[in-house]
Formats: sequence, structure tokens, C-alpha cells
Amino acid sequence: MQESATKAFYGFEPKSRLFLGTAQYPSPAILADAVRASGVEVVTVSLRREAGEGGAGEAFWSLVKHLGVRVLPNTAGCHGVKEAVTTAQMAREVFGTNWIKLEVIGEDDTLQPDVVGLIEAARLLSADGFEVFPYTTEDIVVGGRLLDAGCEVLMPWGAPIGSGRGLNNPYGLRTMRQHFPDIPLVVDAGIGLPSHAAHAMELGYDGILLNTAVAKAGDPALMAKAFAAAIEAGRQAYEAQPIEARDMAAPSTPVMGKAFLS
Amino acid sequence: MTLLLNGEPREVAAETLAQVLDELGYAGRVVATAVNGDFVPARKRETVRLTEGDRIEVVAPMQGG
Repeated sequence: MQESATKAFYGFEPKSRLFLGTAQYPSPAILADAVRASGVEVVTVSLRREAGEGGAGEAFWSLVKHLGVRVLPNTAGCHGVKEAVTTAQMAREVFGTNWIKLEVIGEDDTLQPDVVGLIEAARLLSADGFEVFPYTTEDIVVGGRLLDAGCEVLMPWGAPIGSGRGLNNPYGLRTMRQHFPDIPLVVDAGIGLPSHAAHAMELGYDGILLNTAVAKAGDPALMAKAFAAAIEAGRQAYEAQPIEARDMAAPSTPVMGKAFLS
Repeated sequence: MTLLLNGEPREVAAETLAQVLDELGYAGRVVATAVNGDFVPARKRETVRLTEGDRIEVVAPMQGG
């Protein structure tokens, strides 16, 4: 029997399993439309240098607050432990949440996580009261170390950030699901189509975090809605316990009682 | 003294981080700060005294994935 109960993310049980990024939309109004159309309850946000006169941060933060959703700040672009920890501390003060999507990037072409730095940063931040959502790979040994470091959620990549390639390693993701049956798992990054998200949910994942696939779509609000539907369908399929694939055909119409006509 | 604020050299008369933020137009704004790579909470800005060449980072909310 597969687990069907909703897994909480540090005590929070969203109805929507879609976590949506807020970057790259054609306009703030279209971002707001996408959030409303999809019923998203958690959005990711970031921090950047602010100019002394007329910075844009205030207007964006005001928009997000009006959406009435939870925010998951990230440490996007951080390449070292110290940089990621300091960014997380600044994010906690500005956004007023202990949640942090922890990114420690190890390589610029693929934006692959530096899992060694990630584990160390996760340990420091967890000890400091943060609730860490680590952006990691599907490596289950690294996953175990992140849990030891204090993480209660794991977020393996589907494919490199922004690539839209879907699930590069479905076998690895399935293994990770089976290895950590009780840990909330979110596929973060690389999703391009609703079918990719449905696939991850069919594997038993607890959520999908994406940004580019919605923000850069021709109609972001409609695409956000499509993702929400696909994620819901994938989850229901997982709970309904799919059949195993087989190599040869098996007739679905009963053979017994068929008329003998040849 | 000259400070590096968000990577740019800035000449300031102020001595504490709180005063520098006021002087450079950040008063009352939603920002977080770090000095020489270390986070400085808002409540400590008045007690942090700056010296020539200090690196100040001032960040604010922004779109992210």
C-alpha cells in the first residue's frame, strides 16, 4: 500500500503541490494572474542589491504580500557556504520566515549543486533555527547527509535549472522516493512541461517547484493552471497505484466466450 | 571615508551603519545588510561602526526561482 497522506513541509500542509518561482514574468500583473489561476500557496523569492534611490524591491514585496501566499526565499547564485549562510540570514530578516531554499551552486554551465557545501550550509542554518529546503541532486547518500544536517525536506533536481528537459534520471528519482518513504520530496528545477511534473508526481513526489516553464510560456497563467492540473492528476495516479509496465501485450478484452468464426 | 556599497565606492560622512543607510537614502526601506560578508541585523545597525574600505551590502526583496 502506498503512502497517500499529505506530507507536511515543516508543519505546513498546502492543498496545492505546486511551488512557483516569481522571476522572468512579462509583468507583475501576469505573475499575480499565474499565482491566482493555479491556486499556488507557496512562491519563491530572492534578494538582490538595492539602490539607495527608488529601488524596485519595495514594489515587488508589496505585490507578493497582497497575493496572500507563503514565501520561500532562496539563496540563488551563491557559490560558497559563507555566502549562502549570510544570504539566508538576510532573507530571514527581510521576509520574516525561517524557510530557506538553499542553493549552493558548484558549476555554472549546469548550475549543479555543490553538495559538499550544501551539506555544510544546511548544518549551519538548521542549527540556527532555519527550516531548510535544500536544492540537491538525486544522490541518496547526499540526501541522507542532508537529513543528518537537520533538513526535513529534500529537493532533488529534475534537470539543470531553466533547461526544461524534464526528469533526466527517473530511475534515480524513483530510487530516492523508495529510499526516503517518509520524507517530503520536491522535484526542483528542469521541468518544462506539465507531463514532466505529472511524471514526477506519479513516482510519488510530494511537490514540484518550477519557474521558467510558466514564466516564459506564451500564456503564463494558463500554463500555471495546466501545471496545477497535471500535478493533481499525477498525485491521484500515484495514490491509485499504477499497474506495472510489461514487454508483451496482454488482451484487455476477455478471450473466453469469443465467437469461433474462422 | 570611502566605503564600498554594493560594489561601488561611496564617500560618506556617517560613522555607523544606520547613519550610512540614512545618508544614502535607505531610511525606512525594507532592506537587509551585511558588512564585510557578515550579516548585520537591523537592530545592530546603530552600534556597528564602519571604517575606511568596509564592504557594505544592502539587499531588498526581488523576484526569484
